[in-house]
Amino acid sequence: MELPFFYLFSVGIIGASILMVTRANVIHAALLLVLTFFFLSGVYVLAGAEFLAVVQILLYAGGIMVLYLFSIMLMSVDVAVRLRQFHRQTIFAMATAVLLALEIWMVLSRGTSYPAFKSFGWGIGATPGNVEALGSVLYTQFLFPFEVASVLLLAAMIGAIVLAKRTIDR
Amino acid sequence: MIAEIIAATLKIVLVLGVVSLVVAYLTYLERKIIGHIQMRLGPMRVGWHGLLQPIADGLKLFLKEDIIPSRADKIVFVIAPIMVLVPAFVVYSVLPFGPNFYITQVNVGLFLVLAVSSLGVFGIVMAGWASNSKYSLLGALRGAAQMLSYEIFLGFALIGPLMLAGSLNLQNIVQAQSDVWFVFYQPLAFIVFFIAALAETNRVPFDLPEAETELVAGFHTEYSGMKFAFFFLAEYANIMAVSTVGIAVFFGGWKGIPGIPLPGLVWYLLKLGAIIFVFIWIRATLPRYRYDQLMRIGWKFMFPLVIANIFLTGLVKLLFL
Amino acid sequence: MVPLSHYLALGAIMFVIGVAGVLMRRNAIIILMSIELMLNAVNITFVGFARQLGDLTGQVFAIFVITVAAAEAAVGLAILIALNRDRTILNVDEVNLLKW
Repeated sequence: MELPFFYLFSVGIIGASILMVTRANVIHAALLLVLTFFFLSGVYVLAGAEFLAVVQILLYAGGIMVLYLFSIMLMSVDVAVRLRQFHRQTIFAMATAVLLALEIWMVLSRGTSYPAFKSFGWGIGATPGNVEALGSVLYTQFLFPFEVASVLLLAAMIGAIVLAKRTIDR
Repeated sequence: MIAEIIAATLKIVLVLGVVSLVVAYLTYLERKIIGHIQMRLGPMRVGWHGLLQPIADGLKLFLKEDIIPSRADKIVFVIAPIMVLVPAFVVYSVLPFGPNFYITQVNVGLFLVLAVSSLGVFGIVMAGWASNSKYSLLGALRGAAQMLSYEIFLGFALIGPLMLAGSLNLQNIVQAQSDVWFVFYQPLAFIVFFIAALAETNRVPFDLPEAETELVAGFHTEYSGMKFAFFFLAEYANIMAVSTVGIAVFFGGWKGIPGIPLPGLVWYLLKLGAIIFVFIWIRATLPRYRYDQLMRIGWKFMFPLVIANIFLTGLVKLLFL
Repeated sequence: MVPLSHYLALGAIMFVIGVAGVLMRRNAIIILMSIELMLNAVNITFVGFARQLGDLTGQVFAIFVITVAAAEAAVGLAILIALNRDRTILNVDEVNLLKW
């Protein structure tokens, strides 16, 4: 039952992201990226990561992408639609991407011995659920990285304000 | 398997139908209540005391010509009303209406409600941008900034009650309030939640994205016919959803006052009516805030308040519970 | 049950699309969005491995990746807004001066 849904979401992700990379209009590209994130959160649900699926929608789609759209509207992007969209190096870029794809495929196809599948011990909708399990790991084992991440966010916030401010009062 | 799917579909159809009907009648209720507050009668012509007015309105909007501005971005313009309406209705899939009356319960319930309701802003931004009109774009920019900030306070205000309940499942949160409603433990959180809910649903005094007096109709200036009706439906569906979340988290959901035997659904509807009345009452009472005032209230007053509330709740829970 | 190889393949395809986007496009905003795509491709791999190994570390890592992505988006967009104020067109190959 999971497999058809996985293929559906995969087709959605790949289709939307290819479209996103090739659009001339930035707003269309941003909206297609949002669509990609919806399908992605579907994949997360299939992988038993419900909390992550909701975080994906809440933070990525509802937060970061709204920030993108907001910033795009503050800039003047109408002119850019009529200009040449791709670099002159596009052919080399494509070649690099294809090479990278081949390389990844080589690496992945050689990894034959996966460790045996282990169950999480909880299914979708069971208690204690994904949220409780993730919370207990995040606030014990990964407490220090968690705090470091919060400092990173603070630094990014201050940096963004300083950069985007019109004039810095001295 | 098949029976489950059919049962789920029936439940979804039932909830969607009832919600759409109630939402249509909320517009009537609002006009009637505001009318009486302003010493008018409100709609009186269609049916007894205008009871059929929403149906007449719906019919009128359905028959109107559907205009797409010639300079508009057609695809985004058409998708935008749907993007507003769908999240507004998806939220109802995890809300608790009664002891056994809900579509589904998931262990990320409340979080899912927050996530999905934050998607409504996309519709507003898309509508404002695709209309290719100055008023719409200004409305969309205001809407994006406002909903992005107030989403944060809305979520943070709910963390206090969540710490008391120890679960994100809305049904469990309701069960945790068997003795005392959380509004008595968390009055600060409730005040912030209510203000943020007003801003999140673009209601007066925070209706800056629409602001009739300055921006014509804000992000939906260029919309007509059914698409315009979609925005209206979504607004009232959002009000009902956010009220239901407030009732479930702060007012014990479908749990009543002990000693008065009434079914859970009736208790829920009573509380819902009270909260929605307050929403409409506020619209009739308060003037609109200015944009910079809105942002200042949010970030400089409410944000420290919710953080303090979370800190205090944690401290009390650590020391006394 | 979805096998691990499917998650890895999906992540790889998405990553390659992101790389192609970064290398091909001139528009700075789309380049930033392609980077988001690459970060998400890595997240798929993390979540797939978390599923396979029955270990939540992968999901925790994905949360950290999302945090970093948020920081990156905020700073990146602030730079672009500052840039857009000086020169209206946002093509990366036209931004070739260290000082304006």
